[in-house]
Amino acid sequence: MTSLATAEGHFTATNGYLLVLAVMLPVCAVLAMLALGPRHTARVALGTLAVGLAVAVTIAVELFRSGTGLVYAIGGWSPPLGLTLRADGLSAVMLVMTAVVITAAGLFARAQHGLDPAMRDGRAPTTFWILLMAIWSALNVVFLGEDLFNLYVALELLTFAAVPLVCLDGRAETVAAALRYLMFALLGSLLYLLGTALLYGRFGTLDLQMLSGMQASGPVVSVALALMIVGLLAKAALFPLHLWLPPAHAGAPAAASAVLSALVIKAPVFLILRLVLDVAPPEAARLAGQCLAILGGASILFCSVMALTQARLKLMIAYSTVAQIGYLFIVFPLAAGTEDLPVWGTIAWTGGALQLVSHALAKASMFLAAGVIAEALGHDRIAELGGFGRVLPMSAAAFGLAGLSLMGIPPSGGFVAKCLLLTAAVVNGHPWLAATILIGGLLAAGYVFRVVDRALATPAAPLHLRKAIPRRLEIVALALAIAAVLLGFVPLQPFGFLQIGRAAHVTVVAP
Amino acid sequence: MTLLFDLALVAWLIALAGHIAMTREDRNAIVAFIAFGLLLGLAWVRLSALDVALTEVAIGGGVTGVLLLSAEAHLRKPLAQDSAQDRPHDGRRRLGNVGTIAAALASAAVTAGLALAVLALPTPAPTLAPVAAAALDTTGLGNPVTAVLLAYRALDTLLEKVVLLLALVGVWSLAPDRTWGGAPSLAPAVAPEPLVYLARVLPPIGVVIAVYMFWVGADAPGGTFQAGTVLAAMWLIVMLAGLRQPPDTAHRVLRLLLVGGPALFLAVGFLGFFIADGFLSYPEPIAKPLILGIEAALTLSIAATLAMLVAGPAQKAPEP
Repeated sequence: MTSLATAEGHFTATNGYLLVLAVMLPVCAVLAMLALGPRHTARVALGTLAVGLAVAVTIAVELFRSGTGLVYAIGGWSPPLGLTLRADGLSAVMLVMTAVVITAAGLFARAQHGLDPAMRDGRAPTTFWILLMAIWSALNVVFLGEDLFNLYVALELLTFAAVPLVCLDGRAETVAAALRYLMFALLGSLLYLLGTALLYGRFGTLDLQMLSGMQASGPVVSVALALMIVGLLAKAALFPLHLWLPPAHAGAPAAASAVLSALVIKAPVFLILRLVLDVAPPEAARLAGQCLAILGGASILFCSVMALTQARLKLMIAYSTVAQIGYLFIVFPLAAGTEDLPVWGTIAWTGGALQLVSHALAKASMFLAAGVIAEALGHDRIAELGGFGRVLPMSAAAFGLAGLSLMGIPPSGGFVAKCLLLTAAVVNGHPWLAATILIGGLLAAGYVFRVVDRALATPAAPLHLRKAIPRRLEIVALALAIAAVLLGFVPLQPFGFLQIGRAAHVTVVAP
Repeated sequence: MTLLFDLALVAWLIALAGHIAMTREDRNAIVAFIAFGLLLGLAWVRLSALDVALTEVAIGGGVTGVLLLSAEAHLRKPLAQDSAQDRPHDGRRRLGNVGTIAAALASAAVTAGLALAVLALPTPAPTLAPVAAAALDTTGLGNPVTAVLLAYRALDTLLEKVVLLLALVGVWSLAPDRTWGGAPSLAPAVAPEPLVYLARVLPPIGVVIAVYMFWVGADAPGGTFQAGTVLAAMWLIVMLAGLRQPPDTAHRVLRLLLVGGPALFLAVGFLGFFIADGFLSYPEPIAKPLILGIEAALTLSIAATLAMLVAGPAQKAPEP
């Protein structure tokens, strides 16, 4: 273990205002956009992107510099009466990841809206900016919140921002997809809220830190956690609750798809992680971990095969999302901690976090590249894409590089993540999970190469671009793909930064 | 006597819920749902949760009912034209049956789990009520529910208001491009005479009730959401009767009204960094006036948001 983990993990309130800024800046932007009207929307959004990215990076630097987490009690009211925001190592990584992907999606959308100046201040672009900012705020609350009801509000904010994004183009089929998404998401919210109410009735507090310290167990805790986790699974689209995801993510505009697939479904995953790790009693956590791993494995295998059979590029990428989310759930049994080694010190924990981040970057890049292809050719039928690599070399390169991460081929963040998970599976004696990881990688190679093969093929008739594609549209996807590749150069060992603010738990949990 | 009343209430609620789930007629189910909301409000009164009761009646019975009824009216229109084509096929109906059974099983499982958990809850229940009451002094308020909403958990309330605005942005985004920014249309071609009469008589009374609810909310049950709902209902009835047209959704005054409440809340929140202990904290001597100011602005914003939510997406091209 690194020196950071052995240091006494604690939290500091100095500079805690940064957390408030991370959560509230995008809300300010939403209100400003509504008040100022369509003509100023894009300008407000771009300004907020710059400041918000700076805030996220500052928080991460602050954590790295001090080696302690940040905490802020809202209004000076401390739990259980009040709410706190807390940033530990993992949340800081999530904040920066979110800021990077949102900024990329924003720059892409700005360039894409520029292609059609007549509509730039119209319905879809204006609504997109408002919803993008709301999603950002909601995600930051999910990553920083400590109170189960506060997190519920964040999930609702996320849902109501994400669902309209799906049907921005207004076609009947996307409206149907959005409606289905809304049904699943509301069912999830309802189950989560039921569980939250039960936990309050049992313990009289909703603060995760306090619940964690109470060593909760008993029938109420089991029922509450089961309800909450199932509800969150519906939002995270894990097999077999994934039915809403492919049409929803494939039908949204490219920049929206990137945000939905890369970030929005990570929020419920993050909360499941917190519930299993911080609230569930050890036996229940073990059982839940095994169930989640089985579903995760099924997700990887089933949805990778589904991705292979898709005729349309965006649907293929959407199915790939469900498959890649599966990897995050097989982390649970692999990261089982022991008395000497806490969960966050295991290689599977680092592997899971890396998978989360590298998938976010790679998947956002893929959806943006697919958006460029659809914009240039007017369709995304894979069979008719022959030779698109010649006319859109940067997008083809972005797709290929992002594909490396999904397949788990070096050098890429996905490779390091899957290598760590595979090692953990072999060392801890989970041969089935190891086999699933390997087969999932092969299947991913199958669906990525199907597209790369089209990119390099010689077309029967030369491809015609429907419109000229400016370079700054293509460059965003490529930059994200390169970032996913660069993640492959982190060392293959437990990552000290992820343990900041976590060591405090050891003293609470240890007998 | 009260036991008898409670039992009757519970039996009635269960019977109504069954009726809503079973009935095949949409409008019938919606009317039953509105009644269910009112009865549920009574149940909350019996549990001494007056604030929840008021909100349940206003939102669960009122606004949701109106939304469902207008949705049903929209569905009815195209179906009347080509009802022969839209009749579900046999395969679809079979799938529907499987879906119904699956939903019933899942609901039964959740109910069983809830029963198990609720019976295992400790008595007396652990509660934060004494802590919330003890801290009331620093806020200058008398109603602990308002203190929870605007002081202890102000961040939740602030974010919920943003959720409400987003719902409206989502509804507006469903308008076709050419009408986006224009006005929704609510009133039928010829408004029924009794409705017009009601729309002339009711609003003054409604506004007084709303102001009372908002004002009394500081010290007794009531508050912004309930008051906002009543105001929204008054505005809606005026628009439904055709006495006033709904404004353009891009109208500047409307937008400022929508944003005003949350914006003032946020501004006072940030002001807390400089004049109190930090974000969303109020300096003790002026806590109550600040909270009342925020509540007043929020009431107007909620009223405008709810009314525009019911009015729906724009249907007329915006005025230049």
